[in-house]
Amino acid sequence: MATMVTSTRTVTAKTTGSGPKRPGPNGNGRNGHSHFEPDANANRYRVGMWVALASISMLFTALSSAYIVRAGSSNDWVSIAMPKVLLLSTALILVSSITLEVSRRNLKSAAFSGYGRWLLITMFLGLGFLASQLLAWKQLARQGVYLVSNPHSSFFYLLTAVHAVHLICGLLALIFLWVRSRFKKELKVTPRGQAVADAVTIYWHFMDALWIYLFLLLFLWR
Amino acid sequence: MSGETHEGVHRHPAPTGFIRKYIFSLDHKVIGIQYIILALAAVLVGMTMSLLMRLKLSWPDHGWSLLGALFPGGAPNGVMNPEFYLSLVTMHGTIMVFFVLTTAPQGGFGNYFLPIQIGAEDMAFPLLNMMSFWVTLVGFVVILAAIFFSGAESTVGPIGGWTGYAPLSALGAIAGPGQGMGMNLWIISIAIFCVGSLLGALNFITTLLNMRTKGMSLMRMPLTCWAWFTTAVLALLSFPVLLGGGILLLLDRVAGTSFFIPGGLYVSGVLSGSTANFPLHTGGSPILWQHLFWFFGHPEVYIAILPGMGATSHILATFARKPVFGYRAMVFAIFAIGLLGFFVWGHHMFISGMSPYSAIAFSVLTLSIGVPSAVKTFNWLGTLWGGRIRFTCAMLFALGFVSLFVAGGISGLILGQSSLDLAMHDTYIVPAHFHLVMGVASIFGMFAALYFWFPKMFGRYMNETIGKFHFWVTFIGVYCIFVPMHVMGLVGMPRRYSQFTEYEFLHGLHPLVLFVSISAIITITVQLVFYFNVIWSIFKGAKAPDNAWDATTLEWNTASPPPHDNFAGILPTVYHGPYEFAVPGAPNDFVMQTDAAVEVPSGNGHNGHQH
Repeated sequence: MATMVTSTRTVTAKTTGSGPKRPGPNGNGRNGHSHFEPDANANRYRVGMWVALASISMLFTALSSAYIVRAGSSNDWVSIAMPKVLLLSTALILVSSITLEVSRRNLKSAAFSGYGRWLLITMFLGLGFLASQLLAWKQLARQGVYLVSNPHSSFFYLLTAVHAVHLICGLLALIFLWVRSRFKKELKVTPRGQAVADAVTIYWHFMDALWIYLFLLLFLWR
Repeated sequence: MSGETHEGVHRHPAPTGFIRKYIFSLDHKVIGIQYIILALAAVLVGMTMSLLMRLKLSWPDHGWSLLGALFPGGAPNGVMNPEFYLSLVTMHGTIMVFFVLTTAPQGGFGNYFLPIQIGAEDMAFPLLNMMSFWVTLVGFVVILAAIFFSGAESTVGPIGGWTGYAPLSALGAIAGPGQGMGMNLWIISIAIFCVGSLLGALNFITTLLNMRTKGMSLMRMPLTCWAWFTTAVLALLSFPVLLGGGILLLLDRVAGTSFFIPGGLYVSGVLSGSTANFPLHTGGSPILWQHLFWFFGHPEVYIAILPGMGATSHILATFARKPVFGYRAMVFAIFAIGLLGFFVWGHHMFISGMSPYSAIAFSVLTLSIGVPSAVKTFNWLGTLWGGRIRFTCAMLFALGFVSLFVAGGISGLILGQSSLDLAMHDTYIVPAHFHLVMGVASIFGMFAALYFWFPKMFGRYMNETIGKFHFWVTFIGVYCIFVPMHVMGLVGMPRRYSQFTEYEFLHGLHPLVLFVSISAIITITVQLVFYFNVIWSIFKGAKAPDNAWDATTLEWNTASPPPHDNFAGILPTVYHGPYEFAVPGAPNDFVMQTDAAVEVPSGNGHNGHQH
């Protein structure tokens, strides 16, 4: 049986060759920290959030492409008029992104009271956004425009609802952060606490941008 | 979790309560085994259904008294109804694809071995990991519920195939047996499964990117890790599309929207809009569902098979005692397959009336997947070439994987050409193709993985004699089942028909149908031997040392089974690539990734062997 070892070459480390650079003993795998220490690998919260956002993007990409195909492939499409209250929604969520960013920066510079206060303001702005979306649904319903009325209204109710579900998850995360900032104060100062707050902020900004995108899609593409 | 300090080492003992340790466990190893048990249970259900289908196809008018007693509606006097058969087709496909081929390779083995192989103590988000399993289990319970609450006496679930094509799936109970509650449960189950898989995929990706130990650079990872990672990326990007499509489909059914239902439908003697239980629909596009479904569906087949490819590469190298031939090429081939997998969904829809120009584009892209697939096959053969092969059960199944992948892949080149597919679509050549290449090949990958990692998971070897019997009967059996199906397809036998007695041109094929059924009955029976081997070996198998196969990667560097925190508090440091077999001058013929003392010659590629 032929074997791989055909000679007994002296074993020396070569530095030439076309292969990848050899990592040193403490090379690119980055940590070697115990996972059970809470602050190790804190970056995983941010990485995990970006990965989750990729997935959420695909959900809305799928729904958008269905929207575009459905709009283009039939003659039963009746555009609905934009409920004016959506402008209020848009303003509220834009401002909430700013307040959450202020809050996050407060945490970064260890201004904890500001952190909690701006979190609370963001939560109310988020609730305001949801209320405003509900008003928009009510306005449409008063005009007799329901989920099944026509494809455009179907997509309007669907996309706003799916976005709202995601935003409610964001709100729950904000409540979690706020409760923790009140009752488990020591967690705020750790790298892990910062990473979690960063991840929630990234999510909230994404929901903001997503709403702007949906708003433009629903009322410019019709 | 608290760490107890013992001579400067942080150990993390497992939780002691039964529920936290074995049921709602956060330990990726326990969760991995839970996934494997789920798959082993689901595959029994799916396999039983395929057995019933074979009975119907071969002896369409025979009364099976047991069946008649169990399903008086679906099989009066034991003779199966066509609807009964069609619901079997649907449930077999759904359970096998989602709850076996997606859960075992990725959720099962990936969960257990990805963190160990990269030198992590657990997944990045253990709580999320636990949730992903329990969500998946709920999905399984819901799909089982569809068997018993299908809303029709005559079926064991919805009728629609695993693809659930609209408008049939979108209309509701009016469209016929199984289209009521059964179809609702089917959609809900798939949606729940999507959520569970997404949580899992998120965890896999973050863990691999963020939790590797010292020295574990990307190009030092075992190929299994690359395969699980790519699979997770595919799942992360394709399951949301199915979820979105599922939401639209459910709205069409329960809310009366018209995403997929065209106008003017006349179903079961009722015109759309003329009665309350069949509301007015206009303008929907059934093709839209096909696009959304197959945009998910094609990556899904790679979700099923990529982990098998990773395990095969890993096992071939270990038992040929040679480095994987062309490690980097293997990594890029995995990527290429994953990437191309997103651009070929149209080849499932050649007869949907798509423009021939789109068909050509999809066709060319489809055939180009042959290139990375051939790279992989070539490199597997290159790995075997000149090796000192140890024919263990794991090795046999890995070799079987290569064989089945090639045999099933060849017909992919035929079906991928739109002009040929127009004739062959919906004939038996399609099930023949995909069962060989994504069904049985993936299962062989998992068999190989189980025989290979069993000593690590339970500290005991599986019985090799029983294993070899299991391998040879299964290997010959699956070829006997699926090769004749190619012939049936070429003759023109349509898939998803419950019996062929009415079609004179197919009468000549009946001996072949019988042959396939008898092969299937034998092959399925032998799987019981496999189940016996698993259970028997857990308790009575030969004791295995920590490094059961003279292998090199990190999982062989810890106890069998590994402690709760995988490495008993000391994370390993990695000095070498994953496949340092037949190393010139090394004390053994292999160098473990953690061996600091041995200097491995560097140079060409990762491993330092001159080709």
